[in-house]
Amino acid sequence: MSDVLLDIKNLKTHFYTETGHVTAVNGVSFNVKKGEIVGVVGESGCGKSVMSQTILRLFEEGTVEYEGEINFNGRNLLKLNKRQINKVRGNDISMIFQDPLSTLNPVHTVGRQIAESIILHQNASKKEAEEKAIELLRLVGIPSPEKRAKEYPHNLSGGMRQRAMIAVALACRPKLLIADEPTTALDVTIQAQILDLMNNLNEELDMGIIFITHDLGVVADLCSRVVVMYLGEIVEEASIEELFDRPLHPYTQGLIKSIPQLDGDRSAMLHTIEGTVPPLTRVPKGCRFAARCPFADEKCVASAPPVTEYTATQKVKCWHFEKILKNQEGIADVHTYS
Amino acid sequence: MSTLTLESSNEQKIESKETLLEIKNVKKFFPVKKSLLQFNKEQTYVQAVNDVSFSILKGETYGLVGESGCGKSTTGRTLLKLIEPTEGEAIYNGKDIFKLSGQELRKVRQDIQMVFQDPYSSLNPRKRIGKTLEEPLVIHNIGTPKERTEIVMEILSKVGLQLEHYFRYPHEFSGGQRQRIGLARALILNPKLLIMDEPVSALDVSIQSQILNLLKTLQSDFDLSYLFISHDMSVIRHVSDRIGVMYLGKLVEEAPTDELFANPLHPYTQALLSAVPVPKSGAKKERIILEGELPSPMNPPSGCVFHTRCPFAMDRCKMEVPMKKEIANGHHIACHLYDK
Ligand SMILES: Nc1ncnc2c1ncn2[C@@H]1O[C@H](COP(=O)(O)OP(=O)(O)O)[C@@H](O)[C@H]1O
Ligand SMILES: Nc1ncnc2c1ncn2[C@@H]1O[C@H](COP(=O)(O)OP(=O)(O)O)[C@@H](O)[C@H]1O
Ligand code: SF4
Ligand code: SF4
Ligand SMILES: [Mg+2]
Ligand SMILES: [Mg+2]
Repeated sequence: MSDVLLDIKNLKTHFYTETGHVTAVNGVSFNVKKGEIVGVVGESGCGKSVMSQTILRLFEEGTVEYEGEINFNGRNLLKLNKRQINKVRGNDISMIFQDPLSTLNPVHTVGRQIAESIILHQNASKKEAEEKAIELLRLVGIPSPEKRAKEYPHNLSGGMRQRAMIAVALACRPKLLIADEPTTALDVTIQAQILDLMNNLNEELDMGIIFITHDLGVVADLCSRVVVMYLGEIVEEASIEELFDRPLHPYTQGLIKSIPQLDGDRSAMLHTIEGTVPPLTRVPKGCRFAARCPFADEKCVASAPPVTEYTATQKVKCWHFEKILKNQEGIADVHTYS
Repeated sequence: MSTLTLESSNEQKIESKETLLEIKNVKKFFPVKKSLLQFNKEQTYVQAVNDVSFSILKGETYGLVGESGCGKSTTGRTLLKLIEPTEGEAIYNGKDIFKLSGQELRKVRQDIQMVFQDPYSSLNPRKRIGKTLEEPLVIHNIGTPKERTEIVMEILSKVGLQLEHYFRYPHEFSGGQRQRIGLARALILNPKLLIMDEPVSALDVSIQSQILNLLKTLQSDFDLSYLFISHDMSVIRHVSDRIGVMYLGKLVEEAPTDELFANPLHPYTQALLSAVPVPKSGAKKERIILEGELPSPMNPPSGCVFHTRCPFAMDRCKMEVPMKKEIANGHHIACHLYDK
């Protein structure tokens, strides 16, 4: 398993707020291999951002408590001291967000921000760093990079800013890039440009990417493997083919069926998932999806299901997935043979 | 070029419908504020909507799609004179809405209601939902207090809320429920047309599908027409009978939904469609990646506004504005490639 870059085991993130204690990430386990793009999907509030920020321990100490393991390069990131984790943040793992202005420094030119990171991490001279910064801007598809390097973030358009942020994130040559909904605020034609860029960078730099999104279309486009989150837990993990061709968890199935497809039947009603996600302060005792699940029974309400490894690449957290699958295949058979 | 085929049943359906609202050559230019130093400079404008024409038929859903800043919201708001139009006409019941004021305009605004992406911002946080919903009835002097409460209760159940929600405050509702309230408020005066500006864009897919289904039910229950504004191609396809595609203030293509998706003709529509990521395995497809960036609507390109990014641009595209023309039943396009 030497090709595993990041290995997360039973990760929990607890917040202690004025109103009490919530567990936003509750026992998450998955890994990312070298040069692999893993998608994290789920609806808003399911813990995608908290999980990804936990990897870099970005929350203010004192209000938060982490449990479990985040193994990276043979070390558990949760065990590192401040200085050590800072080094990982700058050197090995980079993060990009939906809003580039939250990461870009408004008072420095784009070129300077990249150059500084290069000087810091690659032992380069100022002149070398400036040249490399321009190279990076070109790599992320910014036209006339010599000129753009001298501009401030707020002078760039949305798409260009996103690219500039990616360039800054790449400046330290990270082994892992965590991208938290970087295309969500962008128009589809600009999103297409950024997804293309991500694909190319992944190939050229052999960099692992965790790509967080609520858009299953983006996942299908970019990732080779996906984890699906619901209310702080991973309910399913699968390869892209498994996820779309044979989703096992009722939540995954519901999500996929709820999307209006470009070739769907327009006159038909869309599939819906009844109800809404409960707040973290009222997490159900048994299966967290039980209140919304069409297959829930007493067992589901009483106790949380274990994670079952269905194939080498597909895992599911559901008591009844085999029964559900059999029924669905049965129905499919009837359709095929009748 | 591919040939056009339209199902005859589809054709019939479109032909036989009456026009509810006809939008003719509408323009909305926002003057750009000049700084003190620019006092002697010529006034410049954001050309948000530039010569847009289309009709909404009775009982149909007309979808307006395009990327942010192309003028969808401005079009929607201008129609109700929520912002003053620069030019053009909006003919409703034989009259131009843009020329109406006072009582007559109020009557039109009773018939044509708006629904926004986030109704929360326009709800009074200190008022119970029921009271907020009764307000339009009070203003229009409809019914006794008891009858008003009954009307509100009925609307609440129509949009899938419970009677007890009448007594709740806005902050007690989830995103999906708030959009149901937005719909309830729009429906309370028995309108003919809803202009919906990105009504499901802030919602997660599982909630989005609940609302989209509700919109279908309400449309037939209340005999409604919709102008549905969205940047989401899959959503707009699902709800619309006909679709208009906007780019930089212009309507570049218009067609019945199935026709548009089977046979997109404008280079911009083609690029837009190819950019939509498909949630299926093995769906990685050839995307048409548009070069360059969206030009500023303050200084849109000459000729065809798309020529700076169009893969097929010709010399004449830089000079001549392409006119909207019908090249098949109901399929309109503004592009020189299709000039005879
Ligand atoms: N600093 C915090 N303190 C307490 N709760 C938080 C904090 N940050 C996020 N949460 C809660 O954790 C849950 C997961 O949030 P988030 O990870 O942002 O979801 P997602 O990114 O999937 O939309 C939410 O219920 C959110 O309210
Ligand atoms: N009140 C306003 N003043 C000046 N410019 C505006 C105003 N409202 C919208 N615009 C501009 O008009 C253009 C069209 O905007 P809008 O109609 O909101 O587009 P869309 O809804 O398609 O995203 C944009 O360039 C926008 O910045
Ligand atoms: S464990 Fe039960 S409630 Fe949970 S997803 Fe499976 S069937 Fe549904
Ligand atoms: S008119 Fe010319 S530039 Fe415009 S879309 Fe058609 S081919 Fe392209
Ligand atoms: Mg998030
Ligand atoms: Mg808008």
